[in-house]
Amino acid sequence: MRYLMLVGTDPDHTEADAAAAPDIEEWFGYVTGAGKHVIGDRLRPSSAATTVRVRGGELLVTDGPFAETNEWIVGFDVLDCEDLDEAIEIASKHSMAYTGRLELRPFWPLDG
Amino acid sequence: MTDARRPVAAAVAGAVAAERLRIVAALIRVTGDFDLAEDCLQDAIERALQRWPADGVPENPGAWLTTTARRRALDVLRRRQTERTKLREAQALAELARDATADEPGPYADDRLKLLFTCCHPALPMAGRVALTLKSVAGLSTRQIARAFLVSEATMGQRLLRTKNKIEHAGIGFRVPEPHRLAARVDAVLAVVYLIFTEGYATVHDDLAAEAIQLSGLLTQLLPDDDEVLGLHALLLLQHARRPARTDAAGELITLEDQDRDRWDGAAIEAGLTTLAAARATGRPPGYYRLQAEIAALHTTAAGPGETDWPRIVIAYDALLALRPSPSIALNRAVAVGFRDGPAAGLAAVEAIGADHPLLPAVRADLLRRAGRRQEAAAAYRDAVAAARTEPERRLLERRLSEVSDPAGDT
Repeated sequence: MRYLMLVGTDPDHTEADAAAAPDIEEWFGYVTGAGKHVIGDRLRPSSAATTVRVRGGELLVTDGPFAETNEWIVGFDVLDCEDLDEAIEIASKHSMAYTGRLELRPFWPLDG
Repeated sequence: MTDARRPVAAAVAGAVAAERLRIVAALIRVTGDFDLAEDCLQDAIERALQRWPADGVPENPGAWLTTTARRRALDVLRRRQTERTKLREAQALAELARDATADEPGPYADDRLKLLFTCCHPALPMAGRVALTLKSVAGLSTRQIARAFLVSEATMGQRLLRTKNKIEHAGIGFRVPEPHRLAARVDAVLAVVYLIFTEGYATVHDDLAAEAIQLSGLLTQLLPDDDEVLGLHALLLLQHARRPARTDAAGELITLEDQDRDRWDGAAIEAGLTTLAAARATGRPPGYYRLQAEIAALHTTAAGPGETDWPRIVIAYDALLALRPSPSIALNRAVAVGFRDGPAAGLAAVEAIGADHPLLPAVRADLLRRAGRRQEAAAAYRDAVAAARTEPERRLLERRLSEVSDPAGDT
């Protein structure tokens, strides 16, 4: 199963959490080595985001993300996992699990 | 029903009671489809009711039901497959055809336990975990669960559907958790069972409490060496043993202090104490549920409130607070301190909690009443009545309020 892992910030963490966060390179080596990583990257902050809609046939382009929240999406990864537990396990080893938060969103399969 | 059919119906009912969970759990593992598993079992039951009166009850009724339900699953999946082949269903077909419904080896590999891990997965909302556990593991109908939680059958049906959909769509696997996650996942199962029990206890809903005890009993069979599993089962048995004395003939609540201890269920107390002894025998330091079972045991073995070993109860609450601090445990500790050192000390312990809890006004009111501070007690009882969570609780507090407000009692 494929999961989109959204990597977000979260101000609610301690310095001890930050100190305990594993190295991101180590995580990357681990997921690519295990053949679980499809693609992933960092993203510029929501100040660089642009929202696009077409309403009544008219293109509406606005500055900013879908919704203004305290948490920013700062990156994403696509994981190919056996099941949710495996994806949770991989997410739990990401440094941003300690200093931010990760959201796992399953892909909608073609035949679903 | 004719006379010839009556023993058959009893044989079917007996086989279903003994084998339902094993059959359903194995089918869910293979097909990943909760509804299909239930439907196939229902189909097997109907076939048994038709066939057994003529053919006779088979030598192994449970095995007959298992095989029939499995064949039904195979048929249904084959028919579905011609419409549209899904990878998962193709795999299930292959497994069913291979007769691969036997459990894998290992203490955590029993299909029934895997089903519990799945239903109680932390990625599911708590209300969904509770509902699906009652439906799939305990075998309750949607209507029964809806009634127990005071919602409509349609609402409960929706909740169950959303929970099953989350399992399928999020890819929650039907499997044993990784070894380093096992303790936390067993704990998640225990939390669901305990919640089912406390829901039944708070609302004096005996059915739910009894289901919870069935579930904790099942867990002691599946994980006989887990001290917290034993601790939870002991706790539920000991708490439930007091049930016959918790209400009077009119259905009004009676507090522990005033209960007629002869009405406690002696057999349940004995079973609870034996289970608690088994938990202690594991040699592990007491956990969250075992500590609570120790407290329940100290209550149930005391001849009366005056003979209760309050110092040891306070020590157990201190250990609980160190393990999992919560206002609820702190409040129970304050009650025990009130009995050990007197109401003034209990009140000081209540003031020291520094957090809100729905039962706090009631505990304060009782301590003030026992301290003879009637006016303050009356005010606290009024707060407590307003905060009461159930009708019987509210009526008990109103009775107390009228006792402390009664000028005739002022002498």
